[in-house]
Amino acid sequence: MSARTLYDKIWDDHVVEDFGGGSALIYIDRHLVHEVTSPQAFDGLRLNDRKPWRLAANLAVPDHNVPTVDRAKGIKDPISRAQLDALDANCAEFGITKFELMDRRQGIVHVIGPEQGATLPGMTVVCGDSHTSTHGAFGALAFGIGTSEVEHALATQTLVLKKAKTMRVRVNGHVGPGVTAKDITLAIIGRIGTAGGTGHVIEYAGEAIEDLSIEGRMTLCNMAIEGGARAGLVAVDDKTIEYVRGRPFAPRAEHWDAAVAYWRTLKSDPGASFDKTVEIDAASIQPQVSWGTSPEMVLPVGANVPDPAAEADPVKRSGMEKALAYMALQAGTPIEQIAIDKVFIGSCTNSRIEDIRAAAAVVKGRKKAASVKLAMVVPGSGLVKEQAEAEGLHQVFLDAGFEWREPGCSMCLAMNADRLEPGERCASTSNRNFEGRQGAGGRTHLVSPAMAAAAGIAGHFVDVRAL
Amino acid sequence: MQAFTVVTSRIAPLDRPNVDTDAIIPKQYLKSIRRTGFGPFLFDDWRYRDPGDLEIDPATRRVNPDFVLNQPAHQGAQILIARDNFGCGSSREHAVWALDDYGFRAVIAPSFADIFFSNCFKNGVLPVVLKPEEVQAIFEGVAKNPDAAFTIDLPAQQVKLPCGNAFAFEIDPVRKRNLVEGLDEIGLTLKNADAIRAYEARRAQQAPWLFAS
Repeated sequence: MSARTLYDKIWDDHVVEDFGGGSALIYIDRHLVHEVTSPQAFDGLRLNDRKPWRLAANLAVPDHNVPTVDRAKGIKDPISRAQLDALDANCAEFGITKFELMDRRQGIVHVIGPEQGATLPGMTVVCGDSHTSTHGAFGALAFGIGTSEVEHALATQTLVLKKAKTMRVRVNGHVGPGVTAKDITLAIIGRIGTAGGTGHVIEYAGEAIEDLSIEGRMTLCNMAIEGGARAGLVAVDDKTIEYVRGRPFAPRAEHWDAAVAYWRTLKSDPGASFDKTVEIDAASIQPQVSWGTSPEMVLPVGANVPDPAAEADPVKRSGMEKALAYMALQAGTPIEQIAIDKVFIGSCTNSRIEDIRAAAAVVKGRKKAASVKLAMVVPGSGLVKEQAEAEGLHQVFLDAGFEWREPGCSMCLAMNADRLEPGERCASTSNRNFEGRQGAGGRTHLVSPAMAAAAGIAGHFVDVRAL
Repeated sequence: MQAFTVVTSRIAPLDRPNVDTDAIIPKQYLKSIRRTGFGPFLFDDWRYRDPGDLEIDPATRRVNPDFVLNQPAHQGAQILIARDNFGCGSSREHAVWALDDYGFRAVIAPSFADIFFSNCFKNGVLPVVLKPEEVQAIFEGVAKNPDAAFTIDLPAQQVKLPCGNAFAFEIDPVRKRNLVEGLDEIGLTLKNADAIRAYEARRAQQAPWLFAS
């Protein structure tokens, strides 16, 4: 057999029926479910008198709508509450395993899947959420689906898919101190553009990717979708296997050795060919700050807000002008002079223990700037929260005037009570700076946890390496 | 699913690249557990001058007269045209439900984001990829004559222009058949139930840990 990419290998191992022309019926090993994109899918099952194909493949958790304070009092917003009630009722009716709101294992679906070992190397993983790409950090083929596909996955344990093209992004060499997985992923999107990976699955490779922890690789793959790729992948190595070992849903002792032997094959063969290849010099990557309303509108912290007049492409120029107007920024302003109103440290991109530690290391012994109205830290799961508290990190944040919250999606998308007010500017560790994403009229700048923490201390963006 | 064969209509021009799903349908409407009724909230932040929510009657809100869909010339359009990377962002199928509920049967753009593109086909909405210069030509044509009728002929894989010319477009043959015939994809897949069971039996031998619980 000719040399295959990691994507080819996972695809080949999941073909149930080949329809020709690149289309196939693909088996789905793991389906993660949350409250926002599933109610209509369960309705569809009921309407057609269908049942889930394989209950054990599903795991559900509420995350998008959940409050991050005073959780025991319940959810005030009746419409949000109805959505959680619908998830409860649907999981109970069909027999799907679900973590309750008050369960210590509850959290953001893309944090708890890996944390529980429900995401394993070589699996196909789907969820009605675009950031399912996160799970590609384990060498799993993981991608977001719409509600019709949620229903299809529930009813048949398969999806009809067209095979994607492959793109390899090699980050060569090592990043400097203070440069994180978030900076790498933002720099890649800045380079390839938000549609650069459209129609492709990205495999990330190179020394800088090998250097990353599993948490870092999750941050990296999380934003594959912001570069247009439905899925991102990183080859399995010792770190992957050690991360999985001993987790509740991980293979039991009698299967462990066989599983590890299979997982070790999950890398692209030497000489495997990719449809596109991008090479980036790791040493050139600086801490990143987004300035516009698309994740590709991103620059190193030392740069100035760009001038649309210098852009030759009229469509791009008009997009830049609209973005600057929305963001209330002037061309030429140094990014370090942009003052912020709020800080959000959290989301499926950056709410794992490593992220919390990185932010705490910056905050320790310092105080939030008086001009910053709110700086909030929202751990990705109840277990991340417990771990951080065991390390005393919550106290570091509280001493500095930051808030320490309960786990959930929170201000990443503002479906809950956490949001920006019109005109407010936020240093955010989330993944999307779209207009209104964090609240109507809100202005989002995407950064790493350390950079968000530093902005909260200074009141404006600063190079975390200079602190 | 509603079938799609031929649609003739004027075209509404949304001259922006990277129109994301948060712009198509903002998050507060995702709290609905229904599949219908999203049309009044399509492009909500651009369409209205004041904030909206599921409980607020859209009829009581201030309309933004500058937004293209609010202009009299583009009322009743069943085809939307936009620039590159339409539908980027979240996987929310609500974006397609909102376009459909508003009355759009097709969207033309030089490129689409993958998940949005796939979601369209599950709802009888046709995403048409044309070359950038063809999209530009349609924008220019609509600017000159907003009333002009265009025809999207899916069986022929053509967008027919008012002048009589046509632009051809590509589409996956399986997706085309399902759209033209309005087929239920889950029902089709379940015809392969034996193949799915055979795969599971085979896979459980190779990778037993995947089926241990």
